[in-house]
Amino acid sequence: MSATTSAAEIAAATGGGSAAAVAQARRWYWQRISAMVLAVCVLVHLVVIVYAVRGGLSADEILGRTRGNWGFAAFYAVFVVASAVHVPVGIANIAREWGGLGEGAAAWLGRAFALLLLVMGLRAVVAVVT
Amino acid sequence: MKLRSDARAHRHPAWWAFALHRLSGLALAVFLPLHFWALGRALHGNAALDGFLRFADRPLFKFAEWGLVVLLALHMTGGVRLLLIEFGPWSGLRKNWIAAAAGAAALAGLAFALALVV
Amino acid sequence: MLTVRVWRGKTEGGYSRYEVPRLASQTVLDVVTHIQRHLEPSLSYRFACRVGMCGSCAMTVNGVARWTCRTHVAKVVDARGELEIAPLANLPVIKDLATDMREFFDKWARGKGRFQGNRTRHDDFATVRPASAERAAANAGIECIGCGVCYASCDVVAWRPEFLGPAALNRSWTLVNDVRDVQQTERLRAVAGDAGCHACHTQGSCTERCPKHIAPTLGIAGLKRRVARAAVRGELKP
Repeated sequence: MSATTSAAEIAAATGGGSAAAVAQARRWYWQRISAMVLAVCVLVHLVVIVYAVRGGLSADEILGRTRGNWGFAAFYAVFVVASAVHVPVGIANIAREWGGLGEGAAAWLGRAFALLLLVMGLRAVVAVVT
Repeated sequence: MKLRSDARAHRHPAWWAFALHRLSGLALAVFLPLHFWALGRALHGNAALDGFLRFADRPLFKFAEWGLVVLLALHMTGGVRLLLIEFGPWSGLRKNWIAAAAGAAALAGLAFALALVV
Repeated sequence: MLTVRVWRGKTEGGYSRYEVPRLASQTVLDVVTHIQRHLEPSLSYRFACRVGMCGSCAMTVNGVARWTCRTHVAKVVDARGELEIAPLANLPVIKDLATDMREFFDKWARGKGRFQGNRTRHDDFATVRPASAERAAANAGIECIGCGVCYASCDVVAWRPEFLGPAALNRSWTLVNDVRDVQQTERLRAVAGDAGCHACHTQGSCTERCPKHIAPTLGIAGLKRRVARAAVRGELKP
């Protein structure tokens, strides 16, 4: 029975050393920073949803409020960007832990999802504001 | 070979908080692109968006929307709990916040349901 | 009489049933001992102190990792009044109720769970203020006796085989807070990443189940903050 782990085994297990460590640290704190931004955005959005849903949803009502509303555009653009940062980290984790994907594949799935959310989200903001 | 824990090991509040946080996050993540697509209909004019809104004006959709609102409130409040655990002074697994998350979700759900019906 | 299902086997196995006399103030370890002495001499299991000090008797009782010497049968029998005893989860089974704990302790080493100082017997004593925040943080985690209950309770350990686990990360946290230690940067590198603190999802099973009431969740959160701070300051680069 080996009492110590060899340096090579350690290096292999800690997956690439300092570069990987820095990358993971970044993913972690960007997800938490975006979470703090999203907490505020979600609170506001929940209020907006409850207000907007009264009396039923109609395009004229919604777009009447959003068209030309640059404050609205700024807020929801921030919301979209924060989501594009926050969601993919969780998705990659689920893909890794429950989906059986490998490290690299999960990372690419995350990036793809980030791009999807960013593009579709900003398109949606443009769609309702212009 | 290794044995794995089964559901009996999961019968404690912090684990349910984790499970709900992950599942609500997954549901919201799947929902978001659809949400963005629907709003993007406005690029083709009010009528295009209205067409979708009328299609979505049915009980199954309203129930799904209600569910998403509840999940959103759950995920957010559960997330604040995690931020407190990771950044705040240690105060255990913050089980009071698990209760607060359930409360916030119920509140959001109720507010949404009332706005829909009243 | 008490019906007990005990997991038996090596690379494959299953549950065997035994009927054990039910006594007042009976612990699960008493039950396992009775089975081995009177019913099944070939049953393999571990114990040592039998009084809740060594952690050797940790097993899975009705699905939950516990110290069997400190678990009263009356408190854990299931709805049918039965007991199910299995080896700890997440560790390779040697035989029956005994698991191979090498990977558990190897991960302590990987997490740089070993103290490294730079003074010799010829230097002055190091000064550590007992009331300092670091010492308080270290003290909260040093009572760990390596029983493996937290490791067996953690789903992330099951989902990510390289994950260092709560005990190793808790040990690293106590050393991160040891002002005498001189390999802090290497330690932070060792505990970062998906094999380290960043894979913890705060399920809290470790904190919930630790028989010494240690909170690895707390230490892991602390490690996340320390690693982030070091990363931002460029301290983690080689």
